[in-house]
Amino acid sequence: MNAQTEQVAVPVLEVRGLTQRFGGLTAVSDFNVRLEKNELAGLIGPNGAGKTTVFNLVSGFYQPTEGQILIGGAPTAGLKPHKVTSLGVARTFQNIRLWNDMTVMDNIRVAQHYRLGYGFFHSAIRSRRYLKREAEIKKEADELLDIFQLTRFAEELPKNLPYGTQRKLEIARALSTHPKLLLLDEPAAGLNSADIKELIRLVRWIHETFDVTIWMIEHHMDVMMELCNKIKVIDFGQTIAEGDAEEIRNNPAVITAYLGDDNI
Amino acid sequence: MLRRYSVHLILALVGLVIVWLAYEEYVSLYILSVLMFMGVNVILSTSLNLVNGYMGEFSCGHAGFMCVGAYVSSILGVWLFAKDKVFGAPLLDPSYALYAFPFIILIGGIAAALAGLLVAFPSYKTRGDYLAIITIAANYIIISAIENIGAIGGSRGFMGMKSLVGSMEDVAYLPWMPIWVFLFTIFCVWAMRRYVSSTFGKGVTAICQDEVAAEIMSVNTNKIKTITFMLSSGMAGIGGGLFAYIIGYVNPGSFNILKSTEVMVMVYLGGMGSLSGSILSAVLFTILLELLRPLQIIKWVAIPLLLIILMQFRQEGIMGNRELSDIFPRLKKFYRFK
Amino acid sequence: MEVSAASIIQNIINALQWGSFYALIALGYTLVYGVLTLINFAHGDVFMVGAYIAFFVATFFLTTLGLPGWVALALCIPLTMILTSLVGVTLERIAYRPLRRKGAHRLYVVITALMCGLILENGNLAILGASRKAFPSLVNETVYSLGGVTFTNLKVAVILTAIVVFLFLQWVVTKTRVGMAMRAISYDKFAIPLMGIPLDHIIVVTFILGSGFAGLAGLLFAMSYPVLEPYMGALIGWKAFIAAVVGGIGDIRGAFIGGFLLGAVEIMVVAFFPSTFRDLIAFAVLLAILTWKPTGLFGIAKTTKI
Repeated sequence: MNAQTEQVAVPVLEVRGLTQRFGGLTAVSDFNVRLEKNELAGLIGPNGAGKTTVFNLVSGFYQPTEGQILIGGAPTAGLKPHKVTSLGVARTFQNIRLWNDMTVMDNIRVAQHYRLGYGFFHSAIRSRRYLKREAEIKKEADELLDIFQLTRFAEELPKNLPYGTQRKLEIARALSTHPKLLLLDEPAAGLNSADIKELIRLVRWIHETFDVTIWMIEHHMDVMMELCNKIKVIDFGQTIAEGDAEEIRNNPAVITAYLGDDNI
Repeated sequence: MLRRYSVHLILALVGLVIVWLAYEEYVSLYILSVLMFMGVNVILSTSLNLVNGYMGEFSCGHAGFMCVGAYVSSILGVWLFAKDKVFGAPLLDPSYALYAFPFIILIGGIAAALAGLLVAFPSYKTRGDYLAIITIAANYIIISAIENIGAIGGSRGFMGMKSLVGSMEDVAYLPWMPIWVFLFTIFCVWAMRRYVSSTFGKGVTAICQDEVAAEIMSVNTNKIKTITFMLSSGMAGIGGGLFAYIIGYVNPGSFNILKSTEVMVMVYLGGMGSLSGSILSAVLFTILLELLRPLQIIKWVAIPLLLIILMQFRQEGIMGNRELSDIFPRLKKFYRFK
Repeated sequence: MEVSAASIIQNIINALQWGSFYALIALGYTLVYGVLTLINFAHGDVFMVGAYIAFFVATFFLTTLGLPGWVALALCIPLTMILTSLVGVTLERIAYRPLRRKGAHRLYVVITALMCGLILENGNLAILGASRKAFPSLVNETVYSLGGVTFTNLKVAVILTAIVVFLFLQWVVTKTRVGMAMRAISYDKFAIPLMGIPLDHIIVVTFILGSGFAGLAGLLFAMSYPVLEPYMGALIGWKAFIAAVVGGIGDIRGAFIGGFLLGAVEIMVVAFFPSTFRDLIAFAVLLAILTWKPTGLFGIAKTTKI
């Protein structure tokens, strides 16, 4: 490979100087992050630190007061959330947000909305393009359900599934959008210890199998320490520490943030 | 092979039977008009179900879009093909009315679809009660606007459509209005069915169940809302156009909030989010209206009462959000409704 | 068409009077919405029922009992308000409460309300017939003239009534325990019974207040425009509701301001345009305001937290 074609790899996610103010409250302050391909990174902090706000900003749900967000080099400023998703970002939610009265199969397929390749006209006349794309989408959905071992629930409604399975489905749905970056917002919330073990295994397997960068918010420290090689800690919207699991565990600022000051 | 086309065959058969009965005048004009109103009501209730049922909004002004379609089709048809006091002699040869008629109705539908933007744009930012008000206001605005256009009769109404029907019959002596109503009913239901059963159309249900999740899972919510509102009001416009030509006379007062309520009754009776439910309830409701006709005004006490009782004991309506094939799975053996 | 100071003041007075009716009815909508998040679509028709109740009560006192006008009016006011409250409370008990108990989705209650309104309208039409009723004159209308501006004692009474009712309700909502309970319910309906507050009682009080004042509005309206017909409540009801929303539904100040705003818009329109444009422009203006401020003038924007 000659020197001219060798380039610095474009990071999957680059956030510069991100600040978010809601009225008088500064939820996020000068947040910076850089995620390369196939990283498995974590974001932790006490309740109300601003973690979900960061995710909301990256996925396009909020427009930042200041700062820049680049997905694979492309800026997301001014883009609506569905457009940001089409750039390659997918996320799951703290409280599972599945479409509870649509089948599991439909949940997976509708997430492909931006890459359907046909519109109202083609669906009305059932053109060849429509039939071809619908068949392809069905096939992809079948495969996805299969490797997530959800095939037997394909025609079931999410509200009838056990909580751990719903979690798995939500992650599968997010992957259905063919993301470069997968944001997991407290995936272990509400899971029992058996499901948590299963989750750790699942996330690790997703990381190895799919070509995707994973960024995770978690309160369960065992999940975080097991999976993430790079962890960022924020409190009151500001970054207070960065490093790998070992460094974070022993960082005094982090301990103070979670457990409080001895001096009080 | 038979299974694939069984529905098409049945529909064609029903259509031919109705046309034949009308042609031979074995059924009275009254029964025929009831059947035609049934068709129009099917179009109205399925189109409102798209917005109120599948998308979970609360649109209370559907009759306004009917009005737009009715007036645009009527004026266009009379201006082009009929002699009347407002526009004078027909612009084109009345014998072409037959071939132009479907386009006239479609143009009425397109005009109504554009009127639907009145409601679609606000829907990007508001939902629920606030959007309901906007739909009510839109209904009143449309009626009020037409009442102020004296040139086409204002609140006194507009007529002349009967002569178009006459011109059609001059070309070929067939019961043209029943035929057109039948064809358009099938067209509208077919278009809507195809929309909601495609993955593209399922975005509508996703918006209904969780709009935030839909937006973040790559559904272009604004675009889907626009398409859905336009489709819904466009179909209402088609229904309105047919309505106008059946009666031969149209006035803005017949498209007020009371008419909108009628359509809402049909949708909630049939079940939100169920196309077959809307069709069923439209048919039942039309029959009910006719049966109650001798009771005059009590009719309009009985029907709301019916809906109140329904709300108390069976809120999801007749079909809930299931289709006929969900209730009678064995029917799937006989047809495949794709 | 000349615009003089006198004609401006004249229009302002007319706008205040006309807006008073909207304000009184809008207050009822907003009270119920604030507490139940329910658009009580039957409210406009409760207003109509109030007007008819006033008609029968007034006729009874005036004709049957032969009482002088002033006495009849003095008795008519409380009686109309009480009887109209009864109508409102009956609606709540029979139609809305069972659904509330079942935890039915708000939409179904709204549809029920819409249907109740229709039943009131058409029931009236069926029972009393299509002929309009003429409200008897109870008090002599004295016309005052002040520098080119004419107004009657009735007009002044209407405006004063609206202001007094608003101040009264504002006092109830902010200074009494019942009012505090009403505001609490609007924030969190489920916590209220846990706090020992009888939810049903508070809701009944809300309906009593709302329907009572709608009845009062009906009486005043019948006195000002003495022709009654069954559909008189429908259009006014819808408009008053929209006025309440434009003002910011759930907030009494919003309903009050919204009602007068609508009155002002309509009078202004009629002053400059042919009267057939009144509804058209009024609705268009309201629509414009809602587009600019989707939660109304006094409304609080709610954000979705995800």
